[in-house]
Formats: sequence, C-alpha cells, structure tokens
Amino acid sequence: MEANILDNLEVVYQKPETLTDTPFHYCPGCGHGVAHRVIMEVVEELGIQDQTIGVAPVGCSVFAYHYMNVDMQEAAHGRASAAATGIKRVLPDKYVFSYQGDGDLAAIGTAETIHTVNRGENILMVFVNNAIYGMTGGQMAPTSLCGQVTSTSPYGREATQIGFPLKITELIAQLPGAYFVARHAVHTPNAVRKLKKALKSAFEYQKLNKGTCFIEIVSNCPSGWKMNPLDSQKWIEENMFPMYPLGDIKVPGKSTTPSTENN
Amino acid sequence: MENSNKKEVRLMKGNEALAEAAIRAGIKAYFGYPITPQSEILEYFTEQAPKRNFTVLQAESEVASINMIYGAAGAGARVMTSSSSPGVSLMQEGISYIATAELPCLIVNITRGGPGLGTIQPSQGDYFQSVKGGGHGDYKLIVLAPSSVQEMADFVFEGFKLAEKYRNPALILADGALGQMMEKLVLPEEGSLPHVTPDWATIGKTKDRERNVITSLHIQPEKMEAVNHHLQEKYKAMEQEVRFEEYFMDDAEIVFVAFGLSARICQKAVDIVREKGIKAGLIRPITLFPFPKQRIADAAQNAAGFMVVEMNAGQMVEDVQLAVNGKCPVYFKGRMGGMIPTPEEIAVELEAKFIHHEEEV
Ligand SMILES: Cc1ncc(C[n+]2csc(CCOP(=O)(O)OP(=O)(O)O)c2C)c(N)n1
Repeated sequence: MEANILDNLEVVYQKPETLTDTPFHYCPGCGHGVAHRVIMEVVEELGIQDQTIGVAPVGCSVFAYHYMNVDMQEAAHGRASAAATGIKRVLPDKYVFSYQGDGDLAAIGTAETIHTVNRGENILMVFVNNAIYGMTGGQMAPTSLCGQVTSTSPYGREATQIGFPLKITELIAQLPGAYFVARHAVHTPNAVRKLKKALKSAFEYQKLNKGTCFIEIVSNCPSGWKMNPLDSQKWIEENMFPMYPLGDIKVPGKSTTPSTENN
Repeated sequence: MENSNKKEVRLMKGNEALAEAAIRAGIKAYFGYPITPQSEILEYFTEQAPKRNFTVLQAESEVASINMIYGAAGAGARVMTSSSSPGVSLMQEGISYIATAELPCLIVNITRGGPGLGTIQPSQGDYFQSVKGGGHGDYKLIVLAPSSVQEMADFVFEGFKLAEKYRNPALILADGALGQMMEKLVLPEEGSLPHVTPDWATIGKTKDRERNVITSLHIQPEKMEAVNHHLQEKYKAMEQEVRFEEYFMDDAEIVFVAFGLSARICQKAVDIVREKGIKAGLIRPITLFPFPKQRIADAAQNAAGFMVVEMNAGQMVEDVQLAVNGKCPVYFKGRMGGMIPTPEEIAVELEAKFIHHEEEV
C-alpha cells in the first residue's frame, strides 16, 4: 500500500487562527474577503489577537465579526469610528480598528470620519472603497466615478447634479491628527503584499500614540458593477486607479504632499 | 476633629450635582455635546477630568456621543452621556442599538421646551420619547425622574445600578429647571458603587474563551424574534423596580399624578386645596418606566377622580388613563413651550373640575 500522499506535503499556506471557520458570504470575486484575511493575518503575525478589538460597519461587511476571530462590535451605519473612539478611550492600551465601506465612511459617517482623524484617535481605520453601495443593491456611492452607472445613477453619475467622487482619503490626510495614510488594493497578489505591509505598520504605530492610521483599499463589487470578477479587476485598473491612485499619501516623518489631481 | 462619617452637604446646581455624583459613581468616560440647559454637565466634567481619573470627550455631535457610548459600554466601561431634547432626538438610533445589544449606560435628558428648536426653558415634553421607545423597534429604557437636586445626584447611582443589573440603558429625565436650580444636597460617597468588567465585554479575546461580539443584528427573523422575546421578558422583570412617592394619599379623594418638577408644584397645590378642606393627594411616579400602574389602579378604586399635571400637552396622562381604566374621571392640566404652572393655577383647575364641575370647552 502506498503511503498517504498528504504525509509528504508541507504546509505553505493556511488560514490564520484569527479567522473563524465560517465560510465568507461574499459574492464570488469580491475584495472584502481578501481584505478581512490580510487584516487578520497581520493580527496573528503580530501576536495581538488578545489585545485587538474590531468594529464592523453597516454594509456588506456588517458580518465581519462572523469571520474575524477577535472581539468585535457592530456599529450603526457610519458610526464605526465613533464606536472605535469609545472603545479606545476606555481601553487605551488595546489595538482598535474600524472597517468601513464608502457609503458608511464617506457619506453617512463623514462627520465621524473627519473628527475621529482630527482628534488623532490612536486607532486604525480601514476603508474599503468599491465605489458603490454593495449591501443595499448597487446604489451610487460618494466615491462612484463620473459617468458610472448604478441603480440610482441610471444615466451615469453626473457631477453637476451630485458632485464629484469624494477623495476622502486625500481630504483626511490634510488633518494633523492623521499619522499614516495610504491607499492600497487587493486585485493582485503583489497589491495584497503591499497592503499587508502597510497594515502591519499601521497596527504597530498604534503603540506610538501619534494619531490615526487610515488605509483605503480600492476594491471591486462584481455584483453591483454587473461584471464578472475578472472584468471587475480590469475595471479597477482602468477606471478606479486613475481617480484613486495607489501608494502612500501621508507617511510618518515626511511632509504631506497630497495629490492635487481631480480627474 | 473631623468626623469621617460626616455627610458632605453642598449647595449645588442640579446639573453640577449630577456630574459630581457621576464622578463619585466611578464613571470611566463621559461623551457629550453642548446644549442648553445642560452644558454645565460637560463643563463640570472637562474641568474635573484631569484631576479625577476619568475620560471626558466633547464629541462632534450627539450622534457621535451616543455611538461612543455604544463602543465604550460594549468594552465594559461605566459610561454616560447627557443632552437636552433636540440632542436626545439625534441619539435615538444609537439608543435603539444600545438597548438591543443590551449595553448598560446612563443617558441624561435635561429637557427643554419643544417641538423643534423650541425654547431653552424647562419642559416635560419628552415623556413619550423616553418611555415609549423613542427610537425604532420594541425596546424600553429604565427611566428615572428626579424632582430635586438631591435626586439629580442620587439617581445617577440608582441609574447605573439598574442599568448594570438589567444590562439596559437607563435614562434620567429631568427638566431645565432641575438642571439649573441650586439646592442643598448630601453628596453620595465616592467609590461606593463597585464595578466589575462584565464577561461579555469586548476587551480582547483570550485563548480560553470564544470571541465576544456586541451586535444588534440578527438577520434570521426567527432569531430576531427570539431576541425580542428575551428583551420583553427582561422588561417584564424590570417591573419590580417600580418606584413612586405619595403625598397625603391616606384619605385622598382627588388624586394628582405628576412627575419631576410638576410633582413639587403639585405638592404645593395639595397644600392649598387642603386648606380649603378638599381632600387631595399626590402620587409621584419616580420610575416612569416601569410605571406605577398598580398603585394608580388601586387609588382609582376609591377616588372621585384624577388630575394629571405635566409641562407638556398631555403625555403621561395617557398612562394614567390606562391604569385608571375608566373607573373615574381623569383630567389634565398642562403648560407647554417652557412655561411652568403655578400651584395656584393648578388649585383653580382642580376646583373648576371637581367642585364647580366645569367641562372643557
Ligand atoms: C441609518 C441607515 N441608513 C441606511 C441604511 C441602509 N444601508 C445599509 S448598508 C448601506 C450602504 C453600504 O454601502 P458601503 O458603505 O459602500 O458598503 P458596501 O456594502 O459597498 O461594502 C446602506 C445605505 C442603514 N442600515 N442605516
């Protein structure tokens, strides 16, 4: 009889312990699942599972607490950073992060977003920008692109009527309370690696008490965009990145040079 | 030599007495936004915080305050916020989340006259909002209605005790006059209200337990109904906490029902009509939820009638009518928009209804 072929295999990749066994409910090809995993890998690698508290938003990632194996709170729509502020203020030695979509963070929660960063709360805010309201069925988001067709911009987003896409990440990078601000993506393995590095720094910076770390993840929504996952990745590169260019926006120790382009 | 058991008597404003009591109750954090007539609470906290080991944060709005409370209460801390009517309206979504997630905390509403931006003068116009839900869905707050500066302080302790016992938000419903007026009070003793971090709090998942989750979301209707049943059972159990006070009820034929400042004014009205030989008495609900419906129902057995006095258009009167259940007439005397009734005008109203039998026009 042959030996079990699994005996000779080496584990090169596995689910971190900081993710539960619950299968993701996300649509095929959606970036939320990858974003969850990367954050939780970082928590595991830093060995801070027992000191980390996360806040889930209202949006597709409302059930982030089903997957992230850390203590979690589910906040009201737009208020994740306020809830995270409340947690951090009474538990200043813990690692606190919020995870929000673009509707949550940049529309209904804009005031909380700006003031949380302006106070320089020592938390990490993760902002998943998919340019659409995924959970409620594909309505226009503050970050939807000009001309983008959604269920509430059926003729394409018209800037003269509803304004331009809101580059909230550049906006908050202007605030002295922001310590580290960067924009990343999850559409390729290389992008994921870069995101992971940034997330790791952002968690570590919390110990310095220097201010808010803010990481935008430019992501996709195949269902909302009505595309297959592959086309959605192409659409990110061709349409999202020109508006939302990847890279560091504010780096500790360096002066802020926020992007001025508004194409 | 100083007697260590000596009671600490002070002359204080209601708002400041409340804030001082909260510090003595060991609050870990306060989040709030300025609004008259309760800004002294935030001001007192910001002045005291550096000296007394708690966190105070002036939030960007009442929406932010209440969601900071959600986060901090979910992290197991004893926390509170305060506001006045328009600000409390803004908090309602958050309060509904807090009630559903079963987070103990204290909310204070130093009510002003409405509706709308209204006036900064005192009012009891937020009774419905406080006891009937206020925000969306079926939930209840424990509602305490002080009627003196002493009670502004005492009910902070009471509020936290009940909130933590039932894992439920408690609300102190006072009006602008109680917040602003100065009275002598005995301050509660610092450190007399112990607090332990609850085991459900999100303080970091250790290896020996499952992760803790604070949420109000239960997407399966069967589960959400079960959560509702659980909450309703809890609200039933809270009925045993009912508190009220009586004044001249032993032989009362005509019964005033009033809470907070109105109750103090009614006491005076009782004195006035008693001098004329009218046997009036007063039931003063201290807890507005749970409501002293049994006591009122008992009184209705022998009473000639009731007169409910409120600084609003008639809100608690509906709960009195439910408790009286048609056994005898229930009249209402109210002032609105920040106006405070005088004992004399209440006495005149009582005589008009019960002695001269004038009907409403
Ligand atoms: C107060 C309130 N308003 C509206 C909603 C409905 N709602 C739920 S999620 C959502 C938008 C979510 O979009 P986004 O934040 O971009 O996250 P995504 O679902 O795309 O990940 C809206 C409008 C709500 N739950 N609460």
